[in-house]
Formats: sequence, C-alpha cells, structure tokens
Amino acid sequence: MARVEINIELCKGCGLCIEACPKGCLKISSGFNRMGEHPAEWGSDEMCTGCGLCAVVCPDCAISIYK
Amino acid sequence: MEIIYERPESLKDVRTHYCAGCGHGVVHRILAEIVDELGIREKTVVIAPVGCAVLAYDYFNFDVCEAPHGRTPAVATGMKRVRPSNVIISYQGDGDLAAIGMAEIIHAANRGERITVVFVNNGLYGMTGGQMAPTTLIGQRTATTPMGRDFRECGQPIKVCELLSQFEGVVYAARCAITGPGNIIKGKKMLKKALSIQLADLGFSIVEFLSACPTHWKLTPREAVQYIEEKMVPCFPTGVIKDTIK
Repeated sequence: MARVEINIELCKGCGLCIEACPKGCLKISSGFNRMGEHPAEWGSDEMCTGCGLCAVVCPDCAISIYK
Repeated sequence: MEIIYERPESLKDVRTHYCAGCGHGVVHRILAEIVDELGIREKTVVIAPVGCAVLAYDYFNFDVCEAPHGRTPAVATGMKRVRPSNVIISYQGDGDLAAIGMAEIIHAANRGERITVVFVNNGLYGMTGGQMAPTTLIGQRTATTPMGRDFRECGQPIKVCELLSQFEGVVYAARCAITGPGNIIKGKKMLKKALSIQLADLGFSIVEFLSACPTHWKLTPREAVQYIEEKMVPCFPTGVIKDTIK
C-alpha cells in the first residue's frame, strides 16, 4: 500500500501526473487552491503501488510518496 | 510508512512562476536531485539566463548568479577559472543561448571550458511573448511568424548540440525530450554524466532538453507533450550526440 501527498498550493493542475499514472489513481480536484486553479487529487489508494511516475513527471515538484 | 519520494533539498519549498506544464520545473527538479545525489550543493553555482528561468535564484537552494542576454557562458568561464574547484552550471534557454548568446556559447565550447551547459529548448522566446527563436520549427506559428516560419526568410532551426559537437573541447553533448517518465529519467542520467565530466575536469559538456511551452504553443499541457514527440523530436533527434568518454 502506498500513499501520495499533493501539495495543492504548489500544484497548477497541468494534469501530466494523471497522464503518467498507469493505475488511474489521480484526477483533477473540483476544489481550488489559493491561486484559483484546480489541483490534482489522489483518489483510489487501493490501486496505488507507489511507482513514483507521477512525481517524475510533475513540473512543480508538488508530489511526495510514502510506502 | 516510509517516504520514498520527496522534494530534493536543493530546491526551495516555494511555488514557481512557470506556467502549468512548463518544462523548466522538471529540469530544475532533476538538476536539484543530481546535485543532492552527488553531494555537491555547497560548491555548485548555477548561472541563470535571461528568459523564463531568470528568477531561478528564487528556486534553487544553492548559489545562483544571473547573467543577462546570453552572456551566461562568459560569466561561467570567469567563475570556473577563478574558482576551479566549484561546479559551474550554465542554465540557458534557446533564445538566450542560440540567438543573443550564440557568440559566447560557441567560443566557450571551442575553448573547452570545464563547465556544464543545461540548454532548455522550447522553440521560441517564452518570456517576451512567444516570438520566433533560431530553434523555431519550419512552419511553426509564433508572434513574429504568424504565417509559420519560412526557410527563405528566417533560415532553418539551428541544431545546437550537433553544431557544438564539432569542437574538440566539447566532451559530451546529448539531447533528451521532456515527455514521459522514461524520457525524463533518461535526461537525468545524461545530466548526471555531464556533471560528473565536469567533476573529473575533462571538458565542456552540454545537455539539451526539448521542453514544452503550452502557453505560447497555445496547447494544453498534454497536447504540448504530444507536440514535442510528433513535431520537435523528428527535427531535433534525441540521444547522445557526442561522447568521447565512453
């Protein structure tokens, strides 16, 4: 089991992590961050293997992974 | 639970001013990760360019100097000669390196200065509003080529790594595309090799990153990544272009 934490104030909602995730664990949040953007959100924790591909593609270094 | 990935120590915990999906963020991160892995944070100096990365000193947690208008390799030369034990990285964009700073980069490469150049190529001038750069693709629409770049009027895109690899002083020249996780990991290996060449005092090394500019390409971040794969990579082939130390 792995856990992904997204710093929503660093995230700009580009969606590249969603594209990179092989298990489809990430989606764009319906909420806003302080800059008025929709950040990425980590949803299904049962599927996540902690492969780290989302963190590799993130241009804003907003993702931390725990396993 | 054990942490398996977190922000590198060499990157300050601040929000960058780059647009969503910009490749600069990825290049900043892999550079910071390599500096941490090699344990050279106390002796690294990055020379920031003019362009979107002009405020890099706000993001890196090591010494950063700023040299406007393509004079980054000249400042890096001086710094490396005065302080040869430091690791000097010239961080440049394509407008900065291939247009206004072409003279500096060519002569620094020809002298075989022991510096590492990180070249972020997005095919246009990002900061000033998306004008044509020497690396703009044929037919690409920019603010100054609204009908698309024409060869007879504006020339061909300049392939900087191929151009510089002719010089004997250049020990390592490589190009990678910032598209998927695989290519980003490859780019990190290339940049690590370039920095280890500088640490071994062997010569000039350059790594070019084909980077997305969703704002001025007028695409979404996902479409911009596809644009790199479909349009930029055929013009700028990725891989190691010159490596005299195998």
